Amino acid sequence: MRYIPDSCEDEILKEINFTKEKLFSDIPEDLRSDLDLWDEKSEMEVKRELKNILDKNRVILNFLGAGVYNHYIPSAVKEIVRRSEFYSCYTPYQPEVSQGMLQALFEYQSLMAELLDMDVVNSSMYDWATSLAEAALMCYRVKKKPKFIISKNIHPERREVLKTYTEGILEIVEMEYNEKGIDLEDLKKNIDNSCGVYIENPTFLGYFEHNLEEIGEIVHKNDALLVAGVDPISLGIIKPPGEYADIAIGESVGYPVSFGGPLLGIFGVRNDMSLIRKMPGRLIGVTEDLEGNSGFVMTLQTREQHIRREKATSNICSNEALCAVASAVYLSFLGKKGLKELAELCMKNSNYTMKRINEIKGFKAPLFNSPHFKEFTVYHKNIREIDRKLLKKDIQGGVVLERIGFDLKDTALYCVTEVHSKEDINRLISILEVI
Amino acid sequence: MYKLGKALCKIGGVDNITLQPAAGAHGEYTGIKIIKKYLKTEGFDKNEIIVPDSAHGTNPASSAMAGFRVVEIPSNEKGCVDLDALNEAVNEKTAGLMLTNPNTLGIFEENIKEISEIIHDAKGLLYYDGANLNALMGFVKPGNMGFDLVHFNLHKTFSTPHGGGGPGSGPVGVKEFLKEYLPHPIVEYDGKKYYLKHDLKNSIGKIKGFYGNFGVIVKAYAYVLTMGNSLKKVSEIAVLNANYIAQKLKDIYEFPYSELRKHEIVLSCEKIKKDTGVTALDISKRILDYGMHAPTIYFPLIVKEALMIEPTETESKEELDKFIDIMRKIHRECYENPEIVKSAPHNTEIKRLNTVKATKEPVLSYKMLRR
Repeated sequence: MRYIPDSCEDEILKEINFTKEKLFSDIPEDLRSDLDLWDEKSEMEVKRELKNILDKNRVILNFLGAGVYNHYIPSAVKEIVRRSEFYSCYTPYQPEVSQGMLQALFEYQSLMAELLDMDVVNSSMYDWATSLAEAALMCYRVKKKPKFIISKNIHPERREVLKTYTEGILEIVEMEYNEKGIDLEDLKKNIDNSCGVYIENPTFLGYFEHNLEEIGEIVHKNDALLVAGVDPISLGIIKPPGEYADIAIGESVGYPVSFGGPLLGIFGVRNDMSLIRKMPGRLIGVTEDLEGNSGFVMTLQTREQHIRREKATSNICSNEALCAVASAVYLSFLGKKGLKELAELCMKNSNYTMKRINEIKGFKAPLFNSPHFKEFTVYHKNIREIDRKLLKKDIQGGVVLERIGFDLKDTALYCVTEVHSKEDINRLISILEVI
Repeated sequence: MYKLGKALCKIGGVDNITLQPAAGAHGEYTGIKIIKKYLKTEGFDKNEIIVPDSAHGTNPASSAMAGFRVVEIPSNEKGCVDLDALNEAVNEKTAGLMLTNPNTLGIFEENIKEISEIIHDAKGLLYYDGANLNALMGFVKPGNMGFDLVHFNLHKTFSTPHGGGGPGSGPVGVKEFLKEYLPHPIVEYDGKKYYLKHDLKNSIGKIKGFYGNFGVIVKAYAYVLTMGNSLKKVSEIAVLNANYIAQKLKDIYEFPYSELRKHEIVLSCEKIKKDTGVTALDISKRILDYGMHAPTIYFPLIVKEALMIEPTETESKEELDKFIDIMRKIHRECYENPEIVKSAPHNTEIKRLNTVKATKEPVLSYKMLRR
């Protein structure tokens, strides 16, 4: 019997004077039914079956981004994360025997807080999209106003998850955008009665938001909260959200793409108790033991569902803790200098690729005349055809935007990071040149 | 994804499934959104979800998040849903009932058929909180008990590593009439190829980016592939182990409500507290001293000074006996040397941590610590 130790079933039954039937005698006969699955399989059979599925994959050069990013993960990160103390341990409800896990999560919270220039980052949300949805609900809890403003320049899935979560609670109003980011005139016109405004930097289409200070002013003058979605790697070179926003969210780094999950949603706020007490998610804090030694515990749990029930700030309990550990290890390896170098390298590779594509006849890259980070738009009147042809040559081009519901015709969003070598980029270019 | 989904449907007695939710609570929220959209589409104006007072805190929290008013009903003297209280709570505003069966006391809701009838007669839907599915696999399917929606915790019932609190995965299975309400896309198979189906007529929309916690889904699939029909054995042994502990401890610890439990048992330390001043918290800390992880405490809320013990199928008789010995030893200590229990733990790297200070003076990052 796999995964079940020799249970001495008969011995136990005899010792407590029970029968097997008695154990389940409370389930009405007419409700019962068998499983109808299959007989147990050996590890070898299971591996074979999964390998048969895996073998259908083709490992090819790809330029996909749009929400999950291809970054190199040092082997040491995997080694540490796979230690059983992290990998298979339970939620740290007993802090006296969970200091390692608690400290690892506290390190994540702290590293992310430094990076965002925020003070408090929770120990994770499910992903970027749910972070956005919960941020909007939090803005509503704090400001009690019926509108939440976003830019049209965000991932369609993020927008959709936001709408699912806020349906019947908030009106989501979408702003136009231009090459400098969110349209300021549109924002001014619509800001009235809003509890929050969401912008991204870099924007979904890869270029930087230009008017951070003006946006902050408009939002705060109207008694709303500014939520900023960021790529943590970009913070190696650009201004952190702590300098202009109230809530920072995003997708973290240090774990594999894994077909879009598990990922980790960042959620951080300033050191303002009126915000902290309204935020969702688990928080790890420092305290003392009976002898005055400092130690880590889960804290501010009166915000959470197991205490506050229907009045909780959110229903979230299980989160993405292991991804938070991976992020902490990853960021520790990189350090301040490494992160800056990584950001510069992504930007250099991506801007080089962009420039080369733009030189090819029939292509325009980017569509928006603005500094770009690691993603950029590529226009071609037959972009879907280009995508198909690239695939035949074992290259997965950028995400065709219309395919994921983003309203920009004949355009793909390319992502280039440190994992792309000069040879990779040149291979893409040489194929695009003759397509 | 398709194959795991099909297996889960069979286990849960449902017809269709979404693998998108990232955790149990996320699954609950998805289910409640589906109930809301379905009732609205059908032309009902309903805004109340009923939950028993023994329910997980996520049940009321998920319902409230989806905009429902939460109506809590008391349990009866057996620790189960009180049919009179349920009848009283049900009205034309009732959208549904969230229930875990066996409930959080580990007791099978014997009136489940009547409960289902009451809710369905009121044109409400019945939601199954899958946290306790471990107890029933191969014996009874939630769908057969009348549940319209069922969530599964892949990180509990299907054995994926806990990772210190996540990632988890909380698929939601539904009966055929709710298929079009699932978050899109769902995975379908046309006999030749698998594909993502986006056009669901009444979909609640997406509740997470991409397709769910795929990495967790693969691990759960490997587990289900391995176990197959032996999942029934998992439930059998989990229930046996829980009852073994209860029988071995019932002479010294109080077990409120029924004696026969499913996969978990709840004991009360109220008498011990009255006699000696030792609390459930103290006892849980003392368990750490003996090298075991303490069970959940102070839950369910309807049992005073509760310790909720869920041994699962993976512990051997030796381990169970070790735990029973520890609990008997601690009971003795409570009466002979209560101070040693009250000041526990003593053998851990760090002494008991001050959680009140952590809340009153929050230090949530090194940045805050430096200040």
